[in-house]
Amino acid sequence: MNVVVCVKYVPDTEAPIRIRADGGGIEESGLPFKLNYYDEHGVEEALRIKEKTGGTVTVVTVGPSAAAQALRQGVAMGADAAIHIEDPALDGADHLGVARALAAAIGAQGCDLVICGKLSTDDNAAVVGPALAEFLGFTQATAVTKLELSTGKAMAHREVEGAVEVLEVTLPAVITVERSINEPRYPSLPGIMKAKRTAIAVKTLGDLGLTLQEAGGVAARTEVLGYTPPPQRQAGRILEGEPAEMVKELVRLLRDEAKVL
Amino acid sequence: MGRDVWVLAEYADGRPRKITYELLGKARSLAEELGGQVVALALGSGIQETSKDLGAHGADVVRVADDPLLGQYTTDAYLAVIEPIVTTEQPFLLLVGSTASGRDLAPRLAARVDAGIVTDCAAVEIDGDQVEVTRPVMTRKALARVAFRGEGPRIAVVLPNIFPPTAPDSSRLPEVLPVSVTLDPAAVRTQVLEVKAIARETLPLTEADIIVSGGRGLRGPENFSILEELARVLGAAVGSSRPPVDSGWVPHDYEIGQTGKTVNPQLYIACGISGAPQHLAGMSGSRWIVAINKDPQAPIFSIASYGVVGDLFQVLPLLTEEVRKLRRSSRG
Ligand SMILES: Cc1cc2nc3c(=O)[nH]c(=O)nc-3n(C[C@H](O)[C@H](O)[C@H](O)COP(=O)(O)OP(=O)(O)OC[C@H]3O[C@@H](n4cnc5c(N)ncnc54)[C@H](O)[C@@H]3O)c2cc1C
Repeated sequence: MNVVVCVKYVPDTEAPIRIRADGGGIEESGLPFKLNYYDEHGVEEALRIKEKTGGTVTVVTVGPSAAAQALRQGVAMGADAAIHIEDPALDGADHLGVARALAAAIGAQGCDLVICGKLSTDDNAAVVGPALAEFLGFTQATAVTKLELSTGKAMAHREVEGAVEVLEVTLPAVITVERSINEPRYPSLPGIMKAKRTAIAVKTLGDLGLTLQEAGGVAARTEVLGYTPPPQRQAGRILEGEPAEMVKELVRLLRDEAKVL
Repeated sequence: MGRDVWVLAEYADGRPRKITYELLGKARSLAEELGGQVVALALGSGIQETSKDLGAHGADVVRVADDPLLGQYTTDAYLAVIEPIVTTEQPFLLLVGSTASGRDLAPRLAARVDAGIVTDCAAVEIDGDQVEVTRPVMTRKALARVAFRGEGPRIAVVLPNIFPPTAPDSSRLPEVLPVSVTLDPAAVRTQVLEVKAIARETLPLTEADIIVSGGRGLRGPENFSILEELARVLGAAVGSSRPPVDSGWVPHDYEIGQTGKTVNPQLYIACGISGAPQHLAGMSGSRWIVAINKDPQAPIFSIASYGVVGDLFQVLPLLTEEVRKLRRSSRG
C-alpha cells in the first residue's frame, strides 16, 4: 500500500508567543519550530501500515524552506520519500489553497491512502484534510482513533459526541488522525543519517500545473487581519483555612457572586 | 447574492443538539443586521416534526431533507444533499457547529462549493458588507481576527457554548420547505457499521454548563468516582487533564486541552490539576474557574476565579455535601 502523509512545521507549543508590534503576525525569529504533533502520529500510522503490507511512505509539506525539517524528521522516522511544495505565491493562501497544492502533488504521485494530523497546533483549523479529500475525490474519515485496512477498504473508529463511530470507507481515502491512534516512534540513528542523504523533491505551483488564481494568495477566500493577545484572566480570590469553612465560602461565592449554582 | 444566514441543524436522538439552538440565536441577530432571514437546514430521518422547534428558536424558514439514508451522518450523503441547495440558494453565511460531524463536513463542503471557511469561531460580526470572525490560535496564546473575502458563500464553524440560545417562542411558526432527496446508495462510499455509546453517566463535555475536571492529583481511576458524585449533584460533565488519560484511568475523550477538547462552560472546577499551558489551552475560556489544589504555588491559581488551597480528598466530599444541601433548600 502506498501512503502519503501530509506534515507541517509549526511553532513548538511549549514556547511563548510574541505578537508583532503591528499585530499583523507572530514574531518568528527565535521561535522554535517542530513537526506538528498530530502529524507525528500520522507518520507512525503510515509506517505501521508499510510494515504490515509493504509499499511506500511519502511525506509532503507546503511551506517555506525551513519546513524541510519536518520532512527530514518524517524520513528519519522511516518514510521513503519527501516532497516539498515551496512557492512564495502560496504566501497568503488560505487552507483551501494549501489543500489544492497538496492535492495536485499527491494526484501526480498516486497513492492508496493519505494521512493527515487531526489539525495543526498553530492555527487549529482542521480544514486541509477534508478539503484535500474533496479535491482528490477520495473518501474521508476525520479524527480517527483506530484504523484497520483490508482490500479496497478501511475501517476507522472515530470519536463523536458521547460515542465511538465505527466506519467503513472505500479506498483511496484521506484519514486524519487523533493522538490516541498510536505512540509515535523516535527517529533512529540510521534514520537520521538517511534523512540527511534523502533528496527532497521541491515543487512550485507551476510544477504542479496550478495557477495563482487556483491556489495562490489572490485566490484566498479568507484573510487573517491580525492577532491580539487573549484577554488576561485575573487571579481571583484564594481561600485558605479549614476545609469546611472554605467550602462554605466557595458555595456562597458561586451562588451569590458568580450565580452559577 | 442573498443576505440570509443559514444554520446547519444537527440532531442527537431525533432532537436538535444544544449547539443548533446556540447557532439559531446568533443567526437571528446577524440576520437582523444584514436584513436577511434565518434559514435552518435540517437533514435526518424522521425529523419532520422538529421544524416547529427550529422555528421557535429563531428560524424563519426550515428546509427539511428527511430520508432514511440521512439518519446517520455520512460525508458523501450529507454533501450530496447540501451542495445543490447551497449552490443555488447562495446563503450569505452558513453557520455550522464545531461537532464531530460539523468539522468533518464543513471543510469539504467549502472545497466543493468554493466557499470561504473559518473554523473554531468564538465571535462572528458583520462589518459593513463583510463578515469578520475571531478564533483562538497557537494553543490559545493568541486570538486571530479573520475576514472573509470575495463573493459566494461563507462558512463559519462555531465553537459550542459561546453563544446563548434565545428563549423559545412557540408562537413563531417557520415556513417549512421540503428538500427533495434523490440519493443513490451506491454513491455513498461510507458505511456506519456501528455507533458504540460510551458508557457515561454525565453530559458530553462540549455541551455542559458545568465541568468537574480531575488531574494527576486524583492519584488513581477509583477516585474519579468522587468527581462523578460531585458532577451528579451539580448536573455537570466530568473531564480530565492529560495524565489520567495517559495512565488509562479515564478514556481519551475526557481530555481537555491542546490535544484534547476545547470547552467553554459557565463553571470549570479543576481538581488536582497544576495548570500547564497545554491544559489551559482547552479551558481558559470558561466563564468561572474554580481550582482545588494543595499547592498554593500551582499556576492554575493565577487564572482561577476562586482558588481553594487544600487536599481535594477532604474538600470534594464536603463540596458535594454542601451543594446537595443548597439544592435541597432551593427546591424545598
Ligand atoms: C504536546 C503536548 C500536548 C499536551 N496536551 C495536553 C492537553 O491537551 N491537556 C492536558 O491537560 N495536558 C496536556 N499536556 C501535558 C501538560 O504539559 C501537563 O503535563 C499536564 O497538563 C499536567 O496535568 P496535571 O495538572 O493533572 O498533573 P500535574 O502537573 O502533575 O499536577 C498535579 C497537581 O495536583 C495537585 N495535587 C496532588 N495531590 C493533591 C491533593 N490530594 N489535593 C489537591 N491537589 C493535589 C498537585 O499540587 C499538582 O498541582 C501536553 C503536553 C505536551 C508536551
